[in-house]
Amino acid sequence: MAQKKKLLQGNEACVEGALYAGCKFYAGYPITPSTEIAEGLSVRLPKVGGKFIQMEDEIASIAAAIGGSVAGLKSLTATSGPGFSLKQECLGYACIAEIPLVIVNVMRGGPSTGYPTGPSQADIMQAKWGTHGDHPVIAVTPSYVQEILSETVRAFNLAEKFRTPVIVLYDEIIGHMREPITIPVPGELEVIDREKVTCEADEYFPYDERYEIAPLAPFGSGYRFHVTGLNHKKDGFPTNDSKQIDANNRRIMRKIENHKEEIWKNEETFLDDAEVVVFTLGSTARSARFAVNKAREEGIKAGLLRPLTIWPFPDKAITELSKRVKAIIVPEMNLGQMTLEVERCSKKADVVGIHRVDGEPITPAQILDAIKKHK
Amino acid sequence: MSTAAPEKKEKVVQPFDYDKYLRPNKLPHIWCPGCGHGIVLKALLRAIDKTGLPKDNIVMVSGIGCSSRTPGYVDFNTMHTLHGRAMAFATGIKFARPDLKVIVVTGDGDALAIGGNHFIHACRRNIDMTVLVYTNATYGMTGGQYSPTSPIGSTATTSRYGNIEPPFDTCEMAKASGASFVARGTAYHTIELERTIYDALMHKGMSVVDIIDACPTYFGRMNKYKSATQMMEILEKDNTVNIKQADKLPPEKLQGKMLRGVLHKVDRPEYCDQYEEHVIKKATSKE
Ligand SMILES: Cc1ncc(C[n+]2csc(CCOP(=O)(O)OP(=O)(O)O)c2C)c(N)n1
Ligand code: SF4
Repeated sequence: MAQKKKLLQGNEACVEGALYAGCKFYAGYPITPSTEIAEGLSVRLPKVGGKFIQMEDEIASIAAAIGGSVAGLKSLTATSGPGFSLKQECLGYACIAEIPLVIVNVMRGGPSTGYPTGPSQADIMQAKWGTHGDHPVIAVTPSYVQEILSETVRAFNLAEKFRTPVIVLYDEIIGHMREPITIPVPGELEVIDREKVTCEADEYFPYDERYEIAPLAPFGSGYRFHVTGLNHKKDGFPTNDSKQIDANNRRIMRKIENHKEEIWKNEETFLDDAEVVVFTLGSTARSARFAVNKAREEGIKAGLLRPLTIWPFPDKAITELSKRVKAIIVPEMNLGQMTLEVERCSKKADVVGIHRVDGEPITPAQILDAIKKHK
Repeated sequence: MSTAAPEKKEKVVQPFDYDKYLRPNKLPHIWCPGCGHGIVLKALLRAIDKTGLPKDNIVMVSGIGCSSRTPGYVDFNTMHTLHGRAMAFATGIKFARPDLKVIVVTGDGDALAIGGNHFIHACRRNIDMTVLVYTNATYGMTGGQYSPTSPIGSTATTSRYGNIEPPFDTCEMAKASGASFVARGTAYHTIELERTIYDALMHKGMSVVDIIDACPTYFGRMNKYKSATQMMEILEKDNTVNIKQADKLPPEKLQGKMLRGVLHKVDRPEYCDQYEEHVIKKATSKE
């Protein structure tokens, strides 16, 4: 099968990615600037026998998507800031009950209703800490329309592999930007499906401690078990045993923590000899790339570190880098969410934030200025 | 041998095997002595047994509350979700697997306060599931605050001066929202309740059963009822009338009483069927 070239908007690429990954269930509630994902899937999912439903709100949407996943279908919900806030309680449920799920958040200006049609990157911390309690989070952060497709596929893979919700986080700019992309042919990108349960029904435990991540049997497959958002034992039933509670809380963190190396994904440009490095994601990384290239043309040793996984935070890469560069510049369309994390990880280098919350993108000129100031 | 008298065929009534449906190692349950929730569970299990459905094909979903602890005790595919969200989770499961029987167990607070929006929309879609609302007029699990079905003037830990909010009529709301089967039962009328739940389970589409049951620990204590049985007699027996008898009674005898039995039943297109017949069909047709 020949690859297909298409001129697509970021949100449309997300639709392609979801379908490529084998998504068969979508539940959502309309919200700018993510709605095109729902619109696209409402047309495409039924064509492949998949389920599309528009729920009554964002809480119901993620709840239904979790239900779809428990019933065995790869499930997706997409939203933006206000809707992402509403989804937080259910997100935590999916974390503790260990239900695979992909949540797309196309970031718009906030807080509150904020600036619906303007971009932001102000949900980075919400993605990590939005739901209560200690919990693991994986969030992927594409910068290009093509990458929205491939990162959506990766998000589904990570969700299935680690039995956890995965967030796809990108800003309105790339959500609505159109770029020519190539639709991958089957087999071109890795697609991970849910592990099948094969043991005897009475030997099945959905949270079996013998596994780092026990396989999840779909409801209605002959394995009758219990799912709860309460702290639970290996059989899924609630427990008040402090040892069990501790073990389970730590295990769900560990299953991500122990696999950070494989979840992390960074793009490194000119880092070998760089003295000033820009660390940024999403559409801001596009401005940064332009600025770094310009700086290089002018003989400045600038580099770019672009995380495609923002959670778990790429602390190792930053710590290492910080030992040998003068400054790390962190442009972001918020008032310093990533900057704070970079400061935490940086051992020696100066950390310089560039922040914008006026609904306008951070320009290459702004970043170039900062590079020159800190070279 | 040939001299043995032919055996007399005696009809032996087998005791109902509750253990078939319970998870005995998850008992004892958390419910207080005198709580109605256990009585409802009994009727529910008997009704399920009558349907003959295999346990593997039954999904029970609940929210949060004393009543919502039910799924933990029964041997089906069970999901204890978040406060108010049971019907939204259940919608996802049913829509993904329409071949499964989905039963939602929910408290009046769970279904009608925090989950009110999901409740009316599940009714509106007429998605095929059976929702049992355990109406005890209080928030049992959090210690007896007033709920959307608490009567005006009743006392709760958050209405010490008497409740000023009018209660919902769950059945009217379900009907108005589009549920195609709406019924009411009580924990007092156990045999009738079993029959009503069975009818609800056999109905295709959204079936709602509002079940009046008592919380002696909070509602009872705060409203000066003497015992759980007195609560049942007053709130469930004296305060309700079966719809079939209601026709024969003069209006003054019906004053202030709630109707029991199947209050509304119509054939209406079911959500998952509609999706198959309209959406999938159109999306996959060649033209
Ligand atoms: C989001 C959220 N808000 C509040 C609570 C606290 N809470 C737990 S159960 C409950 C009320 C339960 O009442 P009801 O649904 O009527 O069930 P009952 O316990 O009476 O059977 C509340 C308010 C919660 N768990 N989650
Ligand atoms: S508090 Fe009330 S509703 Fe909860 S178990 Fe006790 S009697 Fe039942």
